Amino acid sequence: MRPMSILPIPLLGAGLLFASILAHAAPPPEAASCAACHGAGGQGLPAANYPRLAGLPAQYIAEQLKYFAEGTRQNAIMVGMAKPLTPAQITLLADYYASLPVAMPAAAASVAPDLLARGQQLAEFGDWKAGIPACFRCHAAGGVGVPPYFPPIVGQSAKYLADQMTAWQSGARKGDPQGLMHSVASRMTSTDTQAVAAYLAALKPAAAVLGNAAQTGGAK
Amino acid sequence: MNRVKPYFLLNPLVYAVLLGVSAPILAAEAPSAPHAAHDGAAVTLPSATPAKSAPNAALLTGATFTPPDPASIPNDEFGKAVQLGRNIMYETQKYAPQYVGNSLNCVNCHTDGGAMAGSAPLWGAWVSYPAYRSKNHKVNTYEERLQGCFRFSMNGKAPALGSDVLVALQAYSYWLAKGLPVDEKVAGRGYPDMPEPAKAPDFVRGKAVYEANCAICHAANGAGRVVNNEVVFPPLWGAQSFNWGAGMGSIKNAAKFIYANMPYGQSYSLTPQQAWDVAYYMNGQERPQDPRYEGSVAATRAKYHDNKNSLYGTTVNGVLLGDTGVPKPFKGNKS
Ligand code: HEC
Ligand code: HEC
Ligand code: HEC
Ligand code: HEC
Repeated sequence: MRPMSILPIPLLGAGLLFASILAHAAPPPEAASCAACHGAGGQGLPAANYPRLAGLPAQYIAEQLKYFAEGTRQNAIMVGMAKPLTPAQITLLADYYASLPVAMPAAAASVAPDLLARGQQLAEFGDWKAGIPACFRCHAAGGVGVPPYFPPIVGQSAKYLADQMTAWQSGARKGDPQGLMHSVASRMTSTDTQAVAAYLAALKPAAAVLGNAAQTGGAK
Repeated sequence: MNRVKPYFLLNPLVYAVLLGVSAPILAAEAPSAPHAAHDGAAVTLPSATPAKSAPNAALLTGATFTPPDPASIPNDEFGKAVQLGRNIMYETQKYAPQYVGNSLNCVNCHTDGGAMAGSAPLWGAWVSYPAYRSKNHKVNTYEERLQGCFRFSMNGKAPALGSDVLVALQAYSYWLAKGLPVDEKVAGRGYPDMPEPAKAPDFVRGKAVYEANCAICHAANGAGRVVNNEVVFPPLWGAQSFNWGAGMGSIKNAAKFIYANMPYGQSYSLTPQQAWDVAYYMNGQERPQDPRYEGSVAATRAKYHDNKNSLYGTTVNGVLLGDTGVPKPFKGNKS
């Protein structure tokens, strides 16, 4: 892989998760340039709007990297990061980040209770009059995700979550299977988006049920 | 439901939707390379073009009734029963496990907890009973109708008349129907009627529709998907789904439900033909025995399934459907 320019972002928490990373897999050299933003443990940097990658489904990570490279998903930073990656490197990075233990970002700032209540309603029941199904019907209870197609929506910052909704609305983000997420996002008002993002970012489910720890299979 | 007026005359929005759905969606969404799903089943995902869809199932029903907001459930003894009824609709596995023999919840086929027009809303049902049903050749009370859902759709056991579970479901239905005149022709009842398909429903075409539009959630083998021991996407066939006696086992009911409600969040995005084909595919698979089993598949078909909307007792894809012997003894689920 060609050397990439690394933006001068402090390597926050680089040492923090080192031990747990070693317990899983040695980071491939390619991950060095990602760590600057996504953290050495893939935990992300909510303050700078860099999402967590740790524990996302491998197939999902690989798809998103392809989308950035093709321009299906537009983001000035990530397009540049993804373009030079070969398919083999994408697979390596996706498997690596998927294998990392989930780290939750810092607790969310305080939010108005009625906004949180609306967010909870959207997450658990949706708003069918407006055509918005409950987020948890597709992203599983607690928003832990249903690998491989439905990524977790907990353990990300409110700003990142809200930005994704806006990106689907504007067409800057595409590629979601069957346009499923696009259909949902296109029916959300900006208040709904803020509300559900705030609610999800404030959720703190037990680490055991998050991301790669989630057990999936056919119905019992 | 208004059965007289052709559904395409209902409102100009309908034209917009029909124009959208009449486009060959499968062609527009050329399948991309198959991905190996984690459950081992290869699933072919269509490309990124979002299907045109309606916000919800109400669109083609002409329904005008709006049920009350759940936030207004009264805070008294009656309200407690209403809330319990609502909880049973959403989480049947938790609130009525002793009557349930599969992994479904009522809400799976009654969108929005039974409040959504075009998804067999409980308010539409409440104002329509007592009613004669050809299913058992007698006039049924609403409570008896509810019993049937447990026995067939939930592959379980009917709660006794007057039991807490049936009282709570009645309280919730009554509360949802507030202000609605008693009239079984209410628009929005049941699943919206659909024209007969241009081409006879077909297993092979249905399989293609299924793989492109449904398998991502319900899995290629129809078993649905479970996360942390909780069903996220319900099973469409197999041991944990509705049994052969259920209303959804009729190809016509299933086509109507699917057209108006599936893929989830994309109402009316399939063409009617696709809905018929995929309903045939889903109902051309094995599922729990009809609890009214008459000792043989042939006898059971003759008595309960002798119509073109049931594939029970016919051979589909090399399998004589329903040939699985006597119904399994019922063991209720644990909460
Ligand atoms: C300079 C900072 C920066 C660097 C370096 C960086 N990223 Fe990103 N990454 C971002 C931002 C910002 C986003 C959010 C993009 C958006 O909002 O669409 C993102 C998003 C992603 C996503 C999508 C996550 C999701 O949940 O959908 C993946 C996958 C990803 N990055 C992988 C990588 C990999 C692999 C590398 C290293 C090759 C890398 N990134 C390097 C900033 C960075
Ligand atoms: C009908 C199913 C469905 C529903 C309902 C749904 N989603 Fe999604 N969502 C998806 C799919 C599929 C993806 C993956 C998109 C992709 O692969 O590009 C996704 C992705 C996302 C992402 C991107 C995650 C990331 O790491 O970048 C966010 C954020 C999100 N959904 C939020 C929500 C919220 C909030 C709701 C409720 C208002 C919701 N979703 C409801 C299907 C759904
Ligand atoms: C597998 C799907 C499925 C499940 C699960 C299910 N139902 Fe139904 N239900 C149906 C179908 C199909 C109909 C028939 C609709 C029609 O005739 O238009 C129906 C009809 C009804 C009706 C009568 C509607 C009317 O207008 O006459 C009621 C009431 C009802 N169900 C309640 C329930 C309750 C309560 C539960 C949970 C205990 C439940 N259902 C579970 C599929 C289901
Ligand atoms: C985005 C995920 C998703 C897709 C795609 C999807 N479904 Fe569903 N399906 C669901 C969910 C979630 C429910 C339960 C709905 C609820 O509880 O509100 C459901 C319920 C059902 C049910 C009734 C419950 C049962 O288990 O029998 C049927 C039948 C069904 N879907 C058929 C289909 C068919 C056919 C397709 C393809 C045309 C399809 N679905 C596509 C998520 C999906």
